[in-house]
Amino acid sequence: MSQVNRLPDGGRIDRDQSLAFTFNGRRLTGYAGDTVASALLANGVRIVGRSFKYHRPRGIVGAGPEEPNALLQLETGGRALPNQQATRVELYDGLSADSVNCWPGPDFDLMSGIGLFHRLTPAGFYYKTFMWPASFWKYYEHVIRRAAGLGRAPTAPDPDHYDKMNAHCDVLVVGGGPAGLAAAAAAAASGARVILADDQPELGGRLLSERAEIDGGPAMDWAAAAEAAIAGTEDAIVLKRTTAFGYYDHNFVGLIEQRGAILPDGGDRSRQRIWRVRAKQVVLATGAIERPLIFADNDRPGVMLAGAVRSYVNRYGVAPGKRVAVFTNNDDAYRTALDLADAGVAVAVAAVVDVRHDPSGDLVTQAMARGIEIVDGAAVTGVQGSRGVRGIEVMGLNEAGDGVTGAARDIECDVICSSGGWNPAIHLHSHAGGKATFDAERGIFLPGETLQAATSAGAAAGTFDLAGCVDGGAEAGKAAAAQAGYKKSPRRKNPKIATEDEAPLRLIWTVPTTAPTGRRGKHFLDQAHDVTAADVQLAAREGYRSIEHAKRYTTLGMAPDQGKTGNIPGMAVLGQALGVDNVGDVGTTTFRPPFTPVTLGALAGRDVGPLMDPVRMTPIHHWHELAGCTWEDVGQWKRPWYYPKDGEDMHTAVSRECKAVRDAVGILDASTLGKIDIQGPDAAEFLNRVYTNAWTKLGNGRCRYGLMLGEDGMIMDDGVTTRLADDHFVMTTTTGNAASVLEWLEEWLQTEWPELKVFCTSVTEQWANATICGPRARDLLAECTDIALDAESFPFMSMQDATVAGIPARIFRISFTGELSYEINVPASCGLSLWTALINAGDKYGITPYGTETMHVLRAEKGYIIVGQETDGTTTPQDLGMDWIVSAKKDFIGRRSFAREDNQRDDRKQLVGLLTDDPSTVLPEGAQITETRLERPPPGSTVPMIGHVTSSYHSPNLGRSFALALVKRGRERIGENVYLPLDGGVARAEVTGPVFVDPEGSRIDG
Amino acid sequence: MLLIPCPFCGEREESEFHQGGEAHIERPKNPDKLSDAEWADYLFLRDNKKGLYLERWVHRHGCRRWFNVARDTATNEIKTVYKMGAKPPRGLTKGRAK
Amino acid sequence: MASAPRMSKYSIFSLVRNALAYHEGWEQVWRSPEPKPEYDVIIVGGGGHGLATAFYLAKEHGITNVAVIEKGWLGGGNTGRNTTIIRSNYLWDESAGIYEKSLQLYEGLSQELNFNIMLSQRGVLNLAHNLHDMRELERRVNANRLNGIDSEILSTAEIQDFIPIINTSPKSRYPILGGSLQRRGGTARHDAIAWGFARGADQRGVDIIQQCEVTGIRQSRGKVTGVETTKGLIKAKTVGVVVAGHSSVLAGMAGFRLTVNSYPLQALVSEPIKPVLDTVVMSNAVHVYVSQSDKGELVIGAGIDGCHGYTQRGSLHVIEGQLGALCELFPIFSRLRMMRQWGGIVDTCPDASPIIGKTPVGGLYFNCGWGTGGFKATPGSGWAFAHTLANGEPHPLNAPFTLDRFTTGKLIDEHGAAAVAH
Repeated sequence: MSQVNRLPDGGRIDRDQSLAFTFNGRRLTGYAGDTVASALLANGVRIVGRSFKYHRPRGIVGAGPEEPNALLQLETGGRALPNQQATRVELYDGLSADSVNCWPGPDFDLMSGIGLFHRLTPAGFYYKTFMWPASFWKYYEHVIRRAAGLGRAPTAPDPDHYDKMNAHCDVLVVGGGPAGLAAAAAAAASGARVILADDQPELGGRLLSERAEIDGGPAMDWAAAAEAAIAGTEDAIVLKRTTAFGYYDHNFVGLIEQRGAILPDGGDRSRQRIWRVRAKQVVLATGAIERPLIFADNDRPGVMLAGAVRSYVNRYGVAPGKRVAVFTNNDDAYRTALDLADAGVAVAVAAVVDVRHDPSGDLVTQAMARGIEIVDGAAVTGVQGSRGVRGIEVMGLNEAGDGVTGAARDIECDVICSSGGWNPAIHLHSHAGGKATFDAERGIFLPGETLQAATSAGAAAGTFDLAGCVDGGAEAGKAAAAQAGYKKSPRRKNPKIATEDEAPLRLIWTVPTTAPTGRRGKHFLDQAHDVTAADVQLAAREGYRSIEHAKRYTTLGMAPDQGKTGNIPGMAVLGQALGVDNVGDVGTTTFRPPFTPVTLGALAGRDVGPLMDPVRMTPIHHWHELAGCTWEDVGQWKRPWYYPKDGEDMHTAVSRECKAVRDAVGILDASTLGKIDIQGPDAAEFLNRVYTNAWTKLGNGRCRYGLMLGEDGMIMDDGVTTRLADDHFVMTTTTGNAASVLEWLEEWLQTEWPELKVFCTSVTEQWANATICGPRARDLLAECTDIALDAESFPFMSMQDATVAGIPARIFRISFTGELSYEINVPASCGLSLWTALINAGDKYGITPYGTETMHVLRAEKGYIIVGQETDGTTTPQDLGMDWIVSAKKDFIGRRSFAREDNQRDDRKQLVGLLTDDPSTVLPEGAQITETRLERPPPGSTVPMIGHVTSSYHSPNLGRSFALALVKRGRERIGENVYLPLDGGVARAEVTGPVFVDPEGSRIDG
Repeated sequence: MLLIPCPFCGEREESEFHQGGEAHIERPKNPDKLSDAEWADYLFLRDNKKGLYLERWVHRHGCRRWFNVARDTATNEIKTVYKMGAKPPRGLTKGRAK
Repeated sequence: MASAPRMSKYSIFSLVRNALAYHEGWEQVWRSPEPKPEYDVIIVGGGGHGLATAFYLAKEHGITNVAVIEKGWLGGGNTGRNTTIIRSNYLWDESAGIYEKSLQLYEGLSQELNFNIMLSQRGVLNLAHNLHDMRELERRVNANRLNGIDSEILSTAEIQDFIPIINTSPKSRYPILGGSLQRRGGTARHDAIAWGFARGADQRGVDIIQQCEVTGIRQSRGKVTGVETTKGLIKAKTVGVVVAGHSSVLAGMAGFRLTVNSYPLQALVSEPIKPVLDTVVMSNAVHVYVSQSDKGELVIGAGIDGCHGYTQRGSLHVIEGQLGALCELFPIFSRLRMMRQWGGIVDTCPDASPIIGKTPVGGLYFNCGWGTGGFKATPGSGWAFAHTLANGEPHPLNAPFTLDRFTTGKLIDEHGAAAVAH
């Protein structure tokens, strides 16, 4: 028989829409509007899983995010979802759910044998053992790891996608219960832009689960009217299925909205969406979370929260049992008894066990009138039935609440509704630095001072009666709107709400039995992690007296439910163990985001796959792609690395490209180089300060290489800067540092030297750069332009405006290879035209496109450095033998640091060349250099290193390998041998000067 | 995630900005006259205050302008912002005289 | 007068014995003494480093008239807030020396402390996503080996074999080109480090005084004479300060400045799942690192926040960025969920290396500036700092890490090794 526990009528489910699902392979049905939890309960499923440590059978406890037990594995493959709280998953047709942490299943779990050793495994037992023999921990750990964990990760990439919305509003209201609805309605009526977020598929909050009345009708009618009023306001956004998960600084709140793919066929909709909301004011109407009473064996399937049972009865039309007992310390739980009593013949109320003597509130009176038996001044001291509640043992409770009296009495029941009062959900308040104050009377933490523009309302602020929630919510909403600048305050009709008189609760943190805690049954505080009151008492006994120590030692509150039901009772138990009466004095633990777990993929949003980081492409990118180049990632840029022809490997391709440049002409896309336009009357003076060399006398149309240092004297960037006019320069930077150099220049100009009249503009993406290079470069260029190109008319290190292939261009005669070279800059939109024109015209000269690898080989042959390769943040110009570029006549950034002791050391690393004994050995870049032929140090010792290889290539022009290196006292060592311990041997190399090709510079003019 | 009131653009998200360290550290006029220790003081030593802190920010992905912010580093509360070259507003004096 | 070391020992036998007595008989892991008026040495800061310092002072140097003063609860700062990664594969000789010492101490620590710190040497893999990364890895691996530290380069194919769930597709935004693996690296249980050292120090007579905040540092003629606290003046001629996250504040009390800046460093854990990742994976280029704890949670971290501060709260956008990188590296993690996020305050130095040694005040020593690398250094740092406090001079292992190096320029630039941290 299906849905044995479904009540014949009632509930907010759609009984016309039947939904099929499977649980551990069993085919079951539920209705639209069910959660997986309500559907399981409707079908009479009691055991939904096994516990984390002891593998005890466990059932559903709650009806929302507080659920500690019902963590299910949903779906399989790439759609698998581990550890889903059954109470938070809306049922859909075809859903498949399985229990976690048990094998073969929750009803019969072979791992439950572990429970037999429970006496040996109290809190923190693993800190005290598994230490012998020392080498065995890895085996112990292997077993522990397999036993731990809960669900299983997906086995394939996520087929769904996620997105984000940024939103700003005047008033964000979190929670769509009575307080939240009233707050949002009041704020919206004042004219404020409102966002109302609620985690359920329908608004109403607690009203969905109660039989409350407002203005003489069902309270949900009032909620519907309030929702309509809010939604009808201009600019209001009502977000359902949306949980506020984190409250961050400056009133920034993260929400996660469940969208498509609640059903597997969610279509093209994103599965979830993160809302990043910046609110002027926030109203936290997050409600309260019921806390259980902590009694012996309170984890048996069938022990549930009283409020949750009410949700199942009223909202889902499910009675979780046939004969239900209520165990309470307060009046509210009597509502559960009354609702069950009214639910029809299918369910009976066995008794209400109340820890208070002579309870007297209105609800108690109603229960008495209904003939419900009330056992007062009593405690549940035991639970019968290990695989599901069959009955309870009840005894009298003594005056102090720490012992039992009288004779035990058994009451037959199959569900126990437990209520220890309600804790305001102050999590969000706490996330962003809000303090909590303790109300000792009611045993609850209330929201205190906050750093944010936030107010709490309704149950979240400790107001538990409906009239108070509606009224407090409306006041908070109105005040928030006023704070945000909307002072208009329309007249508000206070709804009529009858309020039952409720008597105070009686705080009982651990319900005693006839034996000390832990010796007769287990009092579970944290069912998700199997943490008991005895564990917390043990922690206190052992000296873990701070709540943080006790939590960490016992793992209380660290499970996926983050201790929503167990943390406060746990603190109280610790307080009692330490002899602290007031729970507030035990301390508070700071709640950390997220309120409920948030999908990692949702937080990543669209920034995954190709969109993880933007790809920067030059205007010539697609030509390279068609030419079949391989790519090198340089920062965000894609640069051609080399262009293999059919069947060529990297070595062959690079050798061919290198030869082509030295023998004929090559062409390089250098568009990625950073370009900064610098203008203003003080531009030359500015360059004097940021570069090591002098710029004042540089003639117009002339280019100069510059080194830029940090104030610590270390090389930061380099590049060629050209003077276009007296007050106009264009600077080039390395590809990777373009943005940081511009920022650096701006920082100095704006913060240190505001008196300099200089403006800097990034023009990197405005210009494309095709560099032609090699002895035939002049011949090639001559075909495309009409300016004079001979060395006298257009000398090295100069620049000319010209037309190239019909395109206005800046031609720079600078060279990074030592060959005759023209760097032709044209407006970016013309880059591809220029490139193809040069390729076509160059055909007869054997023009060869080359990539970054060839560029590196050629520049290294000339001993030209690459910042970040020959330098590492500890390298000075002197180390590189570049004293020639360091002016002694002026100050510049970093100069003072040269005089420091460490810069004056005579054993600094210096740039040299290396030639291996074997000309075919290409040393790995990063190889370390030693003075001794030792591949590895003897055990317990080290081999002193004197430097490392910074660049290393095979040179087709030299017909052998070569390398650049930074070596201690390198220049003194020229001609000596050094050693390089490599994988599988030690190479020997001779130290040489760093220039291998054309040291006289005779090739520069072609 | 801070909301930073750029004096030129208005309130913008922290992710548009870059923090540039302590404010009001002037580059010495004549570095050569400084001892190594004095130079190190300028280069590296910082108040790193807990509490009211005067710092520099640049609106990197916006107007690219630098400005000063007075922020409480214990709470992240921004007391005020003011332009480069301006003195800190009255009542917001630096913890350590320079 | 130190009380005699108490000798209760943890073992499977003591566990059985206590189980029979309903675990009523366990001794306190540490006492909660009131401070004495004077100690030989005061250590300010009851985190892992401070407690390790006290432990080694007692054990290695026989100095037991020692107080550790903690303003909150011991181990409550960065010790309990990090991602528990341990490794020693640093580039420069100076760093390699102290981090390797630390790793070696870790290797025997469970037995030495008689407290299971759950050292899990499952390997630490650093990924390279571009040619520059590869050069840096190669340089570091070669340096590590010559410094006697295990380290090896893995090719992309070897990485795929080693971690079947990692995405090595050449089509990913920043394809994995290779990696370096230190097999002796791994993780340990962070709380256990603090508790184990605390218990060991307490057993040897050290007073650990919690909930006691230092409000001033007393000096006379350039020498330290004691500390003012919320529990009154406590005198000592030797004071060691190890207060990551508050180093500058304490330096300010003593009248000098440091080279540290404090930043939030965030981390997060996922919900617990069955084992899928058996090593620690770090990527500087895409800014994320991840491991899986024994409880089954993925422990995920990234670089420090961009904005200096003391709030122990970071910005959400930093987390969002790191999770993009994580999902790119491990596409099957996308549907898993973040269960808890938090922040710690790290004190960073301009060269990403710590300061361990003397200060301008005689008898006052600082140990700070570990940035994101503090956890893995805990025993080594404590060992070397204990030597420094006991002898008034640094041990060769920490001698290079002076405050003075910022004057001489002899920095130890570990940005390459520490870039993302930890």
